[in-house]
Amino acid sequence: MFQLKKTTLCMALSLGILSASQAAEPIKVGVALDISGPFAAIGVETRDGIELAIEKLGGKLGGIDAEFLQTDFAGNPQQANQLANRFIQKDKIDFFTGPVASNAALAVGPALFAAKVPFLSSNPGPSQFAGKQCNPYFFGVYQNDTYDEAAGVLANEAGYKNAVIIAPNYPAGKDHLGGFKRTYKGEIKEEIYTKVGQIDYAAEIARIRSEKPDAVYLFLPGAMGINFVKQFVGAGLKDIPLVAPGFSADQDVIAAVGDAVENMQNTAHWAHDLDNAANKEFVQAFRDKYKRYPTVYAAQSYDVVMAMDAAVRDVKGNVQDREALVAALKNANFNSVRGEFKYGANNYPIQNYYVRKIGKNANGELTNILVKTILPNHQDAYVAECKM
Amino acid sequence: MDVIFVFEQLLNGVGYGLMLFLLAAGLTLVFGIMDTLNLAHGSLYMVGAYLAARVHEASGSFLLAIVVAVAGTKILALLVEVLVMRRLYRRDHLSQVLATIGLIMIADDAVRAIWGPSPIMAPTPAWLSGPVTLLGSLPYPSYRLMLIVAGLLVALGLYLLVNHTRLGMIVRAGASNRRMAELMGVRVNRVFSFVFILGAGLAALAGALMGPISAVQIGMGDAILIPALVVIVIGGIGSVRGAFVAALLVGLIDTAGRAFLPPLLHVMLPPALAADLGSGLASIAMYILMATVLALKPSGLFPARG
Repeated sequence: MFQLKKTTLCMALSLGILSASQAAEPIKVGVALDISGPFAAIGVETRDGIELAIEKLGGKLGGIDAEFLQTDFAGNPQQANQLANRFIQKDKIDFFTGPVASNAALAVGPALFAAKVPFLSSNPGPSQFAGKQCNPYFFGVYQNDTYDEAAGVLANEAGYKNAVIIAPNYPAGKDHLGGFKRTYKGEIKEEIYTKVGQIDYAAEIARIRSEKPDAVYLFLPGAMGINFVKQFVGAGLKDIPLVAPGFSADQDVIAAVGDAVENMQNTAHWAHDLDNAANKEFVQAFRDKYKRYPTVYAAQSYDVVMAMDAAVRDVKGNVQDREALVAALKNANFNSVRGEFKYGANNYPIQNYYVRKIGKNANGELTNILVKTILPNHQDAYVAECKM
Repeated sequence: MDVIFVFEQLLNGVGYGLMLFLLAAGLTLVFGIMDTLNLAHGSLYMVGAYLAARVHEASGSFLLAIVVAVAGTKILALLVEVLVMRRLYRRDHLSQVLATIGLIMIADDAVRAIWGPSPIMAPTPAWLSGPVTLLGSLPYPSYRLMLIVAGLLVALGLYLLVNHTRLGMIVRAGASNRRMAELMGVRVNRVFSFVFILGAGLAALAGALMGPISAVQIGMGDAILIPALVVIVIGGIGSVRGAFVAALLVGLIDTAGRAFLPPLLHVMLPPALAADLGSGLASIAMYILMATVLALKPSGLFPARG
């Protein structure tokens, strides 16, 4: 036993990741980041949120020294899987978080669950882990479809009698439009699927113009959404309201599209002007440190570290008792920046969803402005399939 | 489906085609004349877009932004040509592919280091931001009309340069039979440098013009490189005329596929099947075109080499 510990210490020292002052084993958190690759912009938001939380906690979790092993996996699910295995076997991590995309989360899940390492998602909420493949070691921040369900209700309440809905032609695109259709009661005039990574949307925009819908719902992540919105507004269709899940209308998109994106309505489980003490502190600290407004991705990853902190405190540092650790995580004994929430049977949160609208705030900056709560205490549609 | 809708989609197709042409023209010249595969052509497009976006934001002048983007990218291309490409001309295609993929990675990381990982803002000039009304009832984005005009002007300029100047004659000679041109006393190395930098300038122009209607971000050149490669394969490698015709064909067919196929299939098939089939077919339409052309004319529509 002593021998084993000595070798690990030597290994850690030789890697230069253990500071001299640490006496007890530090808590290890494996963070797989998208610093390069297709989700690099979001990956940087995730990292910044995590680093802000580490700074606030003074590098500790629950008062115990913690190591955050941050490694880029370039958005490649296979690489994420290798990294997770290295974290588990070599570094013996106690927590895991970081990937941006659902496919990476699905790729790393099984190994982490088998090794009983809690995986606190800092973004993706795949339906698989909410339903049939749910697992006590996975904790979601939202379920993917819930954003679209909230958008469907928003379209109902706004009185849009019909809509054109548009998404890229891949499984997640269909899932998201499915989420919208689950709650939207109006007529779907047309369901348009575009190429993944499409640049030119003139043909689709002409189709939308000829349909004259009350609203357009778009799930076009990243560059696709930026391309579409720029061209949509350029085509003089500003009078047709755009509705989107929060991902397509966050600070990164606003910065890239500019005034054209004004008035876009979007749904999210968090907003930077949400009125609670934890959020005010987070947004202020983030703005001081990074000189910009945080996105929902930064808010989520900050929250994830806070959740770890609370759980470690609740188990009094005994993170090796994994049953107690996941029970403590499920209790979520911390002040989340999203306000009150609790976990459902599938470890996905039951929480409020909000409508945000892009506009000029009091300082004249173009940003999301909280409008109202659209779905109070909403739970995902897959929880019944989860047998845990 | 009325006449105006068809006309609008026709314009869209021509616009998209001309945009592809700007990128493909440079690519086909470099590939055809120098027999050098430059996959980093898309990176030059990206650099052009970034430079234009930043200069436009700082100076407020769209024209200045374009001039700086084209000139800046040409200088960069000159460096790349001297430092990297010259060593690749005589190597096989695999070396060229490996080296230019390396260039893509370096370019992406350099852009990330300079301008950050998030997409940046590329403003639309105010005088081109709204729609203009065509045919009495069709509001059409004025920016896209400008793109069509710019694309046609570039095509005309290239046509004059390639077909009616001494330089163009040498370029054509190099494309159709490099060895013979060398034997006739053409300094092929100089032609290479000229063509590479011309191609880079065209890519930068395409990037600068596309910025205001697309996401200016890392990797933006890779997404558009694929249709540009399809265009040069259809048109015949090395032929500017081929690239022009093929770009318009690809633009029209791609747009028509996205505009007309799904509504058409809706009439004939059950909705779920029509949605799947329509978008599926639309996204492979240009590849079907390429396969058909290659089956009938294996060296493209207008092969530069006989």
